[in-house]
Amino acid sequence: MSTIDLTLQIWRQKDSDSPGNLQIYTLGGISTDMSFLEMLDVLNEKLTREGKDPVAFDHDCREGICGMCGSVINGVAHGPEKETTLCQLHMRNFKNGDVLVIEPFRSRAFPIRKDLIVDRSAFDRIIQSGGYVSVNTGGSPDGNSIPIPAKTSELAMDAAACIGCGACVAACPNGAAMLFTSAKISQLCLLPQGQAERKARALAMVATMDEEGFGYCSNARECEAVCPKGISISNIARMNREYFKAVLLGE
Amino acid sequence: MELTSRTPAGPLAEKWDNHRFANKLVNPANRRKYKVIVVGTGLAGASASATLAEQGYEVHTFCIQDSPRRAHSIAAQGGINAAKNYQNDGDSIRRLFYDTIKGGDFRAREANVYRLAQVSNDIIDQCVAQGVPFAREYGGTLANRSFGGAQVSRTFYARGQTGQQLLLGAYSALSRQIHKGGVKMYPRREMMDLVVVDGRARGIVTRNLISGALENHAADAVILATGGYGNAYFLSTNAMASNVTASWRAYKHGAGFANPCFVQIHPTCIPVHGDYQSKLTLMSESLRNDGRVWVPVATGDKRPASAIPDAEREYYLEKKYPSFGNLVPRDVASRNAKEQCDQGKGVGSTGLAVYLDFADAIKRDGQATILKKYGNLFQMYEKITASNPLHEPMMIYPAVHYTMGGLWVDYDLMTTIPGLFAIGECNFSDHGANRLGASALMQGLADGYFIIATSIAHYLGTNKLEAVSISDPQFLAIQKEVGDKLHRLLRNSTAGPAGKVTVDEIHKELGKLLWDNCGMARNRQGLEKALAQIPGIRETFWDKVFIPGIGGELNQSLERAGRVADFLEFGEIMVRDALTREESCGCHLREESQTEEHEAKRDDANFSHVSVWEYKGDEHEPLMQKEPLSFEFVTPSQRSYK
Repeated sequence: MSTIDLTLQIWRQKDSDSPGNLQIYTLGGISTDMSFLEMLDVLNEKLTREGKDPVAFDHDCREGICGMCGSVINGVAHGPEKETTLCQLHMRNFKNGDVLVIEPFRSRAFPIRKDLIVDRSAFDRIIQSGGYVSVNTGGSPDGNSIPIPAKTSELAMDAAACIGCGACVAACPNGAAMLFTSAKISQLCLLPQGQAERKARALAMVATMDEEGFGYCSNARECEAVCPKGISISNIARMNREYFKAVLLGE
Repeated sequence: MELTSRTPAGPLAEKWDNHRFANKLVNPANRRKYKVIVVGTGLAGASASATLAEQGYEVHTFCIQDSPRRAHSIAAQGGINAAKNYQNDGDSIRRLFYDTIKGGDFRAREANVYRLAQVSNDIIDQCVAQGVPFAREYGGTLANRSFGGAQVSRTFYARGQTGQQLLLGAYSALSRQIHKGGVKMYPRREMMDLVVVDGRARGIVTRNLISGALENHAADAVILATGGYGNAYFLSTNAMASNVTASWRAYKHGAGFANPCFVQIHPTCIPVHGDYQSKLTLMSESLRNDGRVWVPVATGDKRPASAIPDAEREYYLEKKYPSFGNLVPRDVASRNAKEQCDQGKGVGSTGLAVYLDFADAIKRDGQATILKKYGNLFQMYEKITASNPLHEPMMIYPAVHYTMGGLWVDYDLMTTIPGLFAIGECNFSDHGANRLGASALMQGLADGYFIIATSIAHYLGTNKLEAVSISDPQFLAIQKEVGDKLHRLLRNSTAGPAGKVTVDEIHKELGKLLWDNCGMARNRQGLEKALAQIPGIRETFWDKVFIPGIGGELNQSLERAGRVADFLEFGEIMVRDALTREESCGCHLREESQTEEHEAKRDDANFSHVSVWEYKGDEHEPLMQKEPLSFEFVTPSQRSYK
């Protein structure tokens, strides 16, 4: 087992209202088999034993699927490994002596709550405004009553794989949430079940995205580059088509 | 504590129908007058919240994460069972029922399990209607696979992310109700205690995890959907925040806790690799379809796998169980892996792992075929371990995965506290002593979408409830207790960290004790040792735990401390339960109860019951009551995989 020594510069901020700054910590003997979050656990145990306040960070499943974790590592959301959440990033991606700058996902629409923890409830409100098929429980037709070509289903699944982590917003120079929003709009507009509300959904979700203070897409493609689930920006193109069709043709 | 299961009369297939007819209803116009609290937003909690709100109740829903979309149901990989018989391979409701009850080693109620199989088909229809992108055949129909050794293909799936897609379906239904005002959502809230007024569950006290504020919430009924307690072992495949606190608080207010020792240990997880490890990662057990499990014949053989010739490898599952081979059920595979490691034949740096080798499958089917089947799993494995299963065998070891035990509930999913319901993994109802693969998702959604609304209507329709307010003395008293407890947790911290212990140190100590003595194989001596040691660990915790920060702020150390405090109490009834269950059953082997061939021996004459534990105060031992299980429609048989 090889180990490395690191210098960490971590964003510390007491709460939403206090100013924050980068603080420097040195951490030795980090096993390269550790995950990034386990490295932070080690730092936090050390800080606790020293009577200091540990670094607050969001995390839960640690399997790369819940979307709770995420920080910007040396300027890259979720760190250097492609299609990998922070919890699945391992320390073997770093070298002895590396300096790691660890910051929260920053965006106007994601206020910082403490240290690396941000408030992503704007994402929930985007979904609440139309990211669903309006069916109540019960009385649904047999699952096989509408055949859906395997290819369509796969395409919908590609978009549905979004974990809502917010890396796309943090990476976007405009703080846009268009990859996130378009993933849900794509999933539902591709499937027959989503047709009835197709136009209303596009209009409502785009409007909410704007109200929440997210920016617009300028094709920088940064979102796609950091997305841990490889969601394609072709979804944004599809969302734009859905939106314009709805605006031009009305409901 | 009275255990009345309210199992309806009549033939098995008509029980649910009879029950729904016998249950009272609430007039649609009156439903809005009733407030229901739902704690947890996994499959069970999210689906229940949405469904109750659609019917017109005022629903208040709480989750511990920053968004209801993140509950741990999301991590389920494999799939969801249903008795659709789309493959025309002889499946039926009756067969799904039988497989589930047999898989649970005949330790679940027939009527509950049959109902689960009955509503399984409605779940698939519901999820399809929501736009869940299930895998499809080229002709456009839903695809199925056989899962966990089932002889029929009844498992529906969405790649390796079935849990995610089903949860996002339930989350979307929940989001729609939040938008319509039917559900008021409280994220980043932890339920700290239950409020019981006049013997009925009437509310909860939560802690706002951002501000640290304690908040009271009143309602006409409370539904817990708070998941399992696998994190008692510290290392498990559960999410980091999964905990027993909500169920444990309910227990301390008089809810019976059923079968706490029934814990499923999953055989194919990535092995532990260091002291710093925070959780274990499950690899789908479909890997055992093509992988061969082996260890070196010689103990302490430290050569790399490639240097060990075939003759010096022991394919112990194939040797011991020639007809099932590597596909023996989870408990058998887990137990045998541990046995090999205990004999010193384990591999890897810790000696706590066995090989799962794909070399022969690759030789037989070619790399492309194997990658098509397991490519994403190989990738995941490589990401974590930096080793490629195409070139060297995987290393696997069992890990705590699912808890079949939970709050005791009647057929209506109501606990022994009137007005308190438990759904999903936090109840004990359907999986007996062992859960079949792809059945957890089925149960969560069955409870939430199709069962709980009937129970809530019946409860509210038959009971006249007095109005309660969050400033009633009962609420204030519980909030004060919660505040005092947090205060006690923080009291050691003023003097600084010198000579203190951290929350994680204590949690690891408890976890190791439980894993070693109350894991897949247990015996009286080990269990008695664990029971004797837990109070000491608990004492150290309360006397010495150092928690930085204060209560009135976002404080993740304090959150963990509260959960560990409850695990330290809960661990004791787990061990007590394991002590009294002197039979091998389902997931666990009781070493005193083995056949001559060292296989698990179930004891129906003495243990065909649910063990239900009742809290009798901190100063007294809990009391165990039995709910006898009778089998009218199936005949319990002994499992054999030889």
